[in-house]
Amino acid sequence: MLNYIWFGMMFISVVAGIFTGNIDAVTEAAINMAKVAVEISIGLIGIMALWLGIMKIAEASGLIRIIARALKPITVRLFPDVPEDHPAIGSIVLNMAANMLGLGNAATPLGLKAMEELQELNPKKDTATNSMVMFLAINTSSVQLIVPATVVALMGATASQIFLTTILATLVSTITAIVIVKVLEKMKRFSVENAS
Amino acid sequence: MIESIVGGLNAGAKYIIPLLLVGIPFYAITVKKVKVYEVFVEGAKDGFTIAVRIIPYLVAILVAVGMFRASGALDLLLNFLAPVLNFVGFPPENLPLALMRPLSGSGSLGLLTDLVNEYGADSMYAKIGATMFGSSETTFYVLAVYFGSVGITRSRHALAAGLTADAAGAVAAVFFCKLLLG
Repeated sequence: MLNYIWFGMMFISVVAGIFTGNIDAVTEAAINMAKVAVEISIGLIGIMALWLGIMKIAEASGLIRIIARALKPITVRLFPDVPEDHPAIGSIVLNMAANMLGLGNAATPLGLKAMEELQELNPKKDTATNSMVMFLAINTSSVQLIVPATVVALMGATASQIFLTTILATLVSTITAIVIVKVLEKMKRFSVENAS
Repeated sequence: MIESIVGGLNAGAKYIIPLLLVGIPFYAITVKKVKVYEVFVEGAKDGFTIAVRIIPYLVAILVAVGMFRASGALDLLLNFLAPVLNFVGFPPENLPLALMRPLSGSGSLGLLTDLVNEYGADSMYAKIGATMFGSSETTFYVLAVYFGSVGITRSRHALAAGLTADAAGAVAAVFFCKLLLG
């Protein structure tokens, strides 16, 4: 699916760019974004190192295992193919906690650690497992308990009004994500054998 | 009531990271006698490899997203969809943000800023926009970074599920804002 979407976006961009006379901007965006992608990745190195270091301490002290065990009733249902005291569960839970609290800087490194641990359990290394897709879908639907600081700055006094609506909307999108993942993972066209 | 909860959460948030940075090593060194410095360095080593491994995936996704944004294709799509949206009660003013949200964080923040500047932070458009922004994530970016970091190229149903959830979130944002703030 990503193959078609990726190509489709570029194809539509070029056609629309010619049509609307924005083709110079399209070219510039392509070159500029390639540069931005590298800057983002390089910028991640320091924060990644910091959180991976702290996570290693949490793991060595047994904290991750304690957290994983505490949330077992939820995680065994969401991630049935991950053994219940596998370190991946601890990282997943910490990533979600960081997301809920709006700690984007901590959430990404924790999420990538979780992906690495899920990959250890993956028999087919280039294909996503059910648990990986579930984890990703919950992540992109963003379970947030805090209105992002940027929105607070922008909305001023009105920011407190959207606190409740944000939580309700995010709840709907997260539940949708979980249900749709469970439905789609059983479909033949999304099976590991037919994966694309 | 809600003001004090929001205030409390946002005021408490700034202590979480420092508490984690000191709390985890504190537990490790006092209770479990872990050699915290050595273990930290051991874990931190992976930071570089993971960050570098993401680069090709992020280049692929961000280039496509950047081209799409620059081409004006979003406006064409908008003209096409506006009549349908009006019919179901989804404000067309909020559609660019709903479509931009999965593609680009900075792009959607820009659109939210436009809504606030044009209609005011008190307007329904701005409230719906802010709710959409806060209740969703940049799906394409997360997909590229998370799968890229472990070399997954076959993403199966991840994108379909992510985009469906985004759409549900956007509709829910409109619904709850109209219901609770209208």
